[in-house]
Amino acid sequence: MITRRDALVLALALNVAALGWPGFAARGEAAEPIRIGELNSYTTFPAFTVPYRNGWQMALDEINAAGGVLGRQIEVVSKDDGGKPADAVTVANELVSRDGAVLLFGTLLSNVGLAVADFAAQRKVPFIAAEPLTDSIVWEKGNAYTFRLRPGTYVQAAMLAEEAARLPAKRWATVAPNYEYGKSAVEAFKTLLSRARPDVEWVGEQWPALNKIDAGATVQALAALQPDAIFNVTFGTDLAKFVREGENRGLFENRVVASMLSGEPDWIDPLGAEAPEGWIVTGYPWYAIETPEHTAFRQAYMQRFQDYPRLGSVVGYTTMKAAAQAIEKAGSTDAEAIVQALRGMSMMSPLGQIEFRSVDQQSTMGTFVGTLTVQEEKPRMVDWRFGDGAAYLPDAAETAKLRASE
Amino acid sequence: MSFVVVQALTGLADAASLFLVAVGLSLVFGVSRIVNFAHGSFYMLGAYAAYSASAAVGGGLLGFVAGAATATAALAGLGLVVEVGLLRRLYAAPELLQLVATFAVVLLVQDLALAVWGPEDLLLPRVPALSEPIIVLGHRLPLYDFVLIALGPLVLAGLWLLLSRTRWGILIRAATEDREMVAALGIDQRWLFTSVFCLGAALAGLGGAIHLPREPANLMMDLGIIAEAFVVVVVGGMGSMAGAYLAAVLIAELRAFGIVLFPEITLVLLFAVMAVILVVRPYGLLGRPDVAGPQPSSFDPHPASAARQGLRLAIVAGLVGLVAVPLFAGGFTLQVMSEIFIFALFAASLQFILGIGGMISFGHAAYFGLGAYGAALAVHHLNASMPLALIAAPLVGGLGALVYGWFCVRLSGVYMAMLTLAFAQITWSVAFQWYDFTGGDNGILGVWPAPWAASPSAFYYLSLAVVTIAIWLLRRISAAPFGFALRAGRDAGDRAEALGVDVRRQRWLAFSVAGAAAATGGGLYAFLKGSVFPDVLAIPMSVDGLVMVLLGGIDRALGPLVGAATFTGLKITISSATDLWRSLLGGIIIAVVLIFPRGILGTVGGQRRGGAK
Repeated sequence: MITRRDALVLALALNVAALGWPGFAARGEAAEPIRIGELNSYTTFPAFTVPYRNGWQMALDEINAAGGVLGRQIEVVSKDDGGKPADAVTVANELVSRDGAVLLFGTLLSNVGLAVADFAAQRKVPFIAAEPLTDSIVWEKGNAYTFRLRPGTYVQAAMLAEEAARLPAKRWATVAPNYEYGKSAVEAFKTLLSRARPDVEWVGEQWPALNKIDAGATVQALAALQPDAIFNVTFGTDLAKFVREGENRGLFENRVVASMLSGEPDWIDPLGAEAPEGWIVTGYPWYAIETPEHTAFRQAYMQRFQDYPRLGSVVGYTTMKAAAQAIEKAGSTDAEAIVQALRGMSMMSPLGQIEFRSVDQQSTMGTFVGTLTVQEEKPRMVDWRFGDGAAYLPDAAETAKLRASE
Repeated sequence: MSFVVVQALTGLADAASLFLVAVGLSLVFGVSRIVNFAHGSFYMLGAYAAYSASAAVGGGLLGFVAGAATATAALAGLGLVVEVGLLRRLYAAPELLQLVATFAVVLLVQDLALAVWGPEDLLLPRVPALSEPIIVLGHRLPLYDFVLIALGPLVLAGLWLLLSRTRWGILIRAATEDREMVAALGIDQRWLFTSVFCLGAALAGLGGAIHLPREPANLMMDLGIIAEAFVVVVVGGMGSMAGAYLAAVLIAELRAFGIVLFPEITLVLLFAVMAVILVVRPYGLLGRPDVAGPQPSSFDPHPASAARQGLRLAIVAGLVGLVAVPLFAGGFTLQVMSEIFIFALFAASLQFILGIGGMISFGHAAYFGLGAYGAALAVHHLNASMPLALIAAPLVGGLGALVYGWFCVRLSGVYMAMLTLAFAQITWSVAFQWYDFTGGDNGILGVWPAPWAASPSAFYYLSLAVVTIAIWLLRRISAAPFGFALRAGRDAGDRAEALGVDVRRQRWLAFSVAGAAAATGGGLYAFLKGSVFPDVLAIPMSVDGLVMVLLGGIDRALGPLVGAATFTGLKITISSATDLWRSLLGGIIIAVVLIFPRGILGTVGGQRRGGAK
């Protein structure tokens, strides 16, 4: 039964819904500062996104203290994307339609990044994907408005494969979370290692569900394959569980492990003194990088936040700087001009000079590969070297083929 | 062979935590009929509490034991607070409303845990005494696994003694069988319910604590375990403790061997097995039919009547008002309103089976999502135009509901709810893993509206029109003889059968109609967002739908609309304003259910009739 009061309450609710947004008339660009929209999974993945936010806030303050860009200050409107692609599209829409953002940056999860990238192409807004690892955001599903900063899955896997090829190990097993990132990491690693070492034999694969690894069972299943070496892609709680059960059951004795991202403080520091020693990892040895640009960044960061930088901090910082530099270079806040400016733009980052390649709009930011060890109860990378992204990304001709669908 | 033995032992150890969480859930459900979504949050808090207590004592074996004891006690206390402060006030409300309240607790606990323990995972330092290796047939197993293997049966035996050898246990069993009778005998039910809830929470806390040596305390533990715990409870049979243990072992073993035999389909395996078990044994392995869950007759005691003349005018006036909104509202507001309309249809379709059909679905997102995927796949693979894709949506969703529904309507109460959940999860895993067809977790991009519908106001009108027509049709169906026969089957199945109503067929058709209606909304949703991801099929989407229906008022025709507008509007507004949106939303929901225990409209209408119950 519908009563009149029901109808009244509904009308009220819809009115509240309609009036709840102060953005009835978009505030627009009349305001003095240049508005930039930022979104990330602050509530879903705080461990990774809070250091990232610190990073971009530090960069923002530096930019504004130096007078902003085009003589105007920059204002960043930052929102939580809830870790869901559909919600992220709503947020992106709000940032563009209501807050008048001239550029978007942020996102962590690959599918959230892809959804926002597609939105950016539809609405013709420049978007710098900060952290998503999936390479399809710049290759198969790349679009003219989307740029990505962080080195993707392929580059990380390529660096590990290069190291792995130098090992005597012949029998390799893999363990990776069962979703796009895990699948593409394993595929890239297998292809590249087999190319460098045709004698390598792939003895088996484990695909635990993301965040749901049955660590003991997985470890035993891997041990039963009797591999010489293991390629690991698990991270987060899965990694902690895998490492602990692996140590308990002796899986890592006399075996080499090559592991994606496990040298990043964001993922390895929760393991503390129990970080697995001897693993070959990609990561970020913030404590040992002594280039002038990195030392300056680290000092400023530690002074301001009383905490050490994570990789997320570097990514947030650099993305913010890239956005500002692109607007400065474009000379206006026009979307097409910013996109043109970003293509092929080179800039300084805490990890050295990087360039947004014009062929796929991927930055050439590199990463570090080294051996994991424990010093003073803390996970540390030793014997590391820096690999420039430009050296590992596919060349322009090959990339153009990957982007052919555009 | 030795590998099989070792793998089986590992599975047994894995079963311990799962059993502790599930058995608490099952006990609470058996006595108070509360479907407690917050049970996973208790588990998570148990792990965190154990971590802190263990660190305070200085770690080691002593620290771990102290941590486990503290976690158990602390969670019993928290259970007391939640039961007395919140749930106790809601027992008179429609039974599923408590589900909304516990959902709000989940939201609150997520922010609370983040605020207290911070974002980083907390790994309990290795306890050497527990990781002492034991050699079994040449394989190394940690001692702790054997502790866990022993713990499950010990807890089971303890609970069995408690329930069969103490007066309290006898009362609990009596209350599980027949609550009213216990009350009539002069037993104070309230403290009985409270004590069971505390016991359940304490078991969940202990479950979290004993898991700590194997997994760092982290912010995703709550939602990680809750679905599995429900699966265990239902597979074992609601209210059966031995069943819960059996099911926990079955599921843990299934996973231990599943990863060896089918490493890539572990996602779906769990739910596929549950679906098979429920189809073959509708009340779980050791369950009995009489504990089937919320009684459908508590919903919608009043048959629908055609709207009166004056009201029709009011509705028409309301629609005219909505038509006028684009004249003064901005683009973003219009898109949010479109989203609200779409969710209103989703909620209305759920209410159609829930309120009128008396069928509980925890997996209604399956049909919404099938609609979204149907539309997106039509665009992506067949280059379909937007109207064609929108027509494909209800066809795909309706077909899905027809197939799944055939199995689901054979069950009732929570068993049916869990079977719908199983099908939704199976659909989700297919969408998640079938990369070539659905794009997997990277989804389908580029599903944007055709130029004629691209502007926010055009899309607003399109959704308003489609949703209005669909909801009107649902209303027509429920006011037609079909709808009355459906209510008859809900309220008195046997009598309806005797009168010649094919109740099961009626329910099946209603389920399919609701599926098609939800899918219509899903199709629009795909175009609103421009992309489709497996999330549209996932559990949170189903829960959102339930929350909308119950928030609005399960037995009110306009309830889903009010619920969708309130929930979606609040969520978008608050999450845009603050990072603490989860606790704010949770707090508001708790306030709403305490003030309006029959839903926002339910209370208003109920008072007019001098109280419905």
